[in-house]
Amino acid sequence: MSKRILFNVLQVLVVMGFSPLAMGVLNRFKEIVQSKQGPSIFQPYRDLWKLFSKDEVVPEESSWIFRVTPYIVFVAPIFVTLLIPVLTDYPLFWAFMADMVGAGFVLALGGFFAALAAVDTANPYGPMGASRTRMVGFLAEPIFLIVFFTVSFVADSTIPFIVQQKWVTPISNFFEPSHILLLIAFVMLILAEKGRIPVDNPSGHFELAMIEESKDLEYSGKGAALMKWGGWMKFFVLMIVFLNVLLTPWGLASTLSWEAVLLAIPLVLIKILLFIVFLVFIESSLAKLRLFRISEFMSAAFVIAVIAMLTSAFTQ
Amino acid sequence: MQGFQDMATIMGNLNALAGGLFIIAAVGIVATRQVGACLKFFIFQSIFLAASAFLLGARPFSTHLMAVGVINLVTKVMFLPWLLRHLLKEEVYARREITQVVSIPTSLIIALGLTIGAYFFSLPWLKAAAVTGAPRINVPVGLAGLLLGAYTLTNRREAVPQLLGLLAMENGAFFAGVAIAPDLPLIAELALAFDLLILIFVVGVLTRAVHERVGTTAVGALAKLREEGHK
Repeated sequence: MSKRILFNVLQVLVVMGFSPLAMGVLNRFKEIVQSKQGPSIFQPYRDLWKLFSKDEVVPEESSWIFRVTPYIVFVAPIFVTLLIPVLTDYPLFWAFMADMVGAGFVLALGGFFAALAAVDTANPYGPMGASRTRMVGFLAEPIFLIVFFTVSFVADSTIPFIVQQKWVTPISNFFEPSHILLLIAFVMLILAEKGRIPVDNPSGHFELAMIEESKDLEYSGKGAALMKWGGWMKFFVLMIVFLNVLLTPWGLASTLSWEAVLLAIPLVLIKILLFIVFLVFIESSLAKLRLFRISEFMSAAFVIAVIAMLTSAFTQ
Repeated sequence: MQGFQDMATIMGNLNALAGGLFIIAAVGIVATRQVGACLKFFIFQSIFLAASAFLLGARPFSTHLMAVGVINLVTKVMFLPWLLRHLLKEEVYARREITQVVSIPTSLIIALGLTIGAYFFSLPWLKAAAVTGAPRINVPVGLAGLLLGAYTLTNRREAVPQLLGLLAMENGAFFAGVAIAPDLPLIAELALAFDLLILIFVVGVLTRAVHERVGTTAVGALAKLREEGHK
């Protein structure tokens, strides 16, 4: 029992420790594709160190929401990490605390507070970005729900640790149409939810065009560090859900021993590296959509998710 | 024996996957703006149709279905795009169509409704007829393809997407057909494939003439008859 608790805590440490690295690698790869040299892959760690050792400025007019938000944004992905299989393919201590819908809710809570905090300071760009994020968010919500419903319908469960087993036992389940179509819809969701190209340009510095980035414009010092780190962890968690629960549930520890769990860490990192290469390919080959075309992108994802549901619900 | 069973399940699943992607390609024909992208979606749709024919024909082995797959690949994936590209100028394919009758998100929702309707109407009938196996997958998908093609015909205003809608309907009928009537005489398939090419040729030449006379291929906008010499 104590091991299950320790492994669960280890999962959180892995997500906290490696999420800046994943971001650094992603940024570096993108720069290389654009024929630039790019910053070191450890740059996000340096950014965090710099921000943590700087003073924080809080606008006088802002309320408690502005001060609380960095902590909520930082803690929400950590809670989700407790619920999902990062390193092991058997349920850990806190695995049954909530299911996938609960995890989605916790992640959405972080986004909700970030949007509120952006409105709170009355900076002209914050509310604009916040309302755009909400627009993308409410278009993403039905897709999330349909994906979860389909998964739970096929696997008879909404606990990620149990769902993960379903796709590979027997192996023919992997080729189920609902599975493959869900994967496509989920990739589109990750792109929308984390503000990547084609929905948003994460490296843009033009406030009028920002969607995701404009929410933490007002933060400085420790608040900014927590917001950034929370955002990276959310991205990492979404990738883990996609890879470990939906796409490739292999390479995870299957016994309750330290060796197996520690060996799982490099394997999971390799999977994430491959996924990052795929993301770089998408981001480098597409252009950012105009704001009102985002609804078309999202409705395409919605159509794919519903067709996944149809093919799973009716062919059985 | 176990491996044999697994293989059969995997092939059944792959056939269903081809069906799912077939519907998505049909939705793509409904919803893409650019005419060239529309043509690409149609090519993908035909590839999935051929894949389904190959998968169904592989076990038990059926020469008819294999031949259907090959005819599909040759006519729809290779010859048809080549013919269309040569008949119409490059300008036609680069055009973006912004005046669809219904806006794109709305037409995606309508397309979804049509797909759900296809499943909703065909499955009770399949269950009543106690059909199992491949037709259970292919018939609803084929019906959905048929309905989505018909919707494309009503919604698009450009000539080429309208033609592709018509061909998508034909694809849908074939998708259901390979499962229901795997032993359709080969001569019928060949005749159909040939008819199809004639159809494309006629529509292509017509569109070309329209393009030369009116300067556009948005045939949905042509509402009045004009007499010769009345320029």
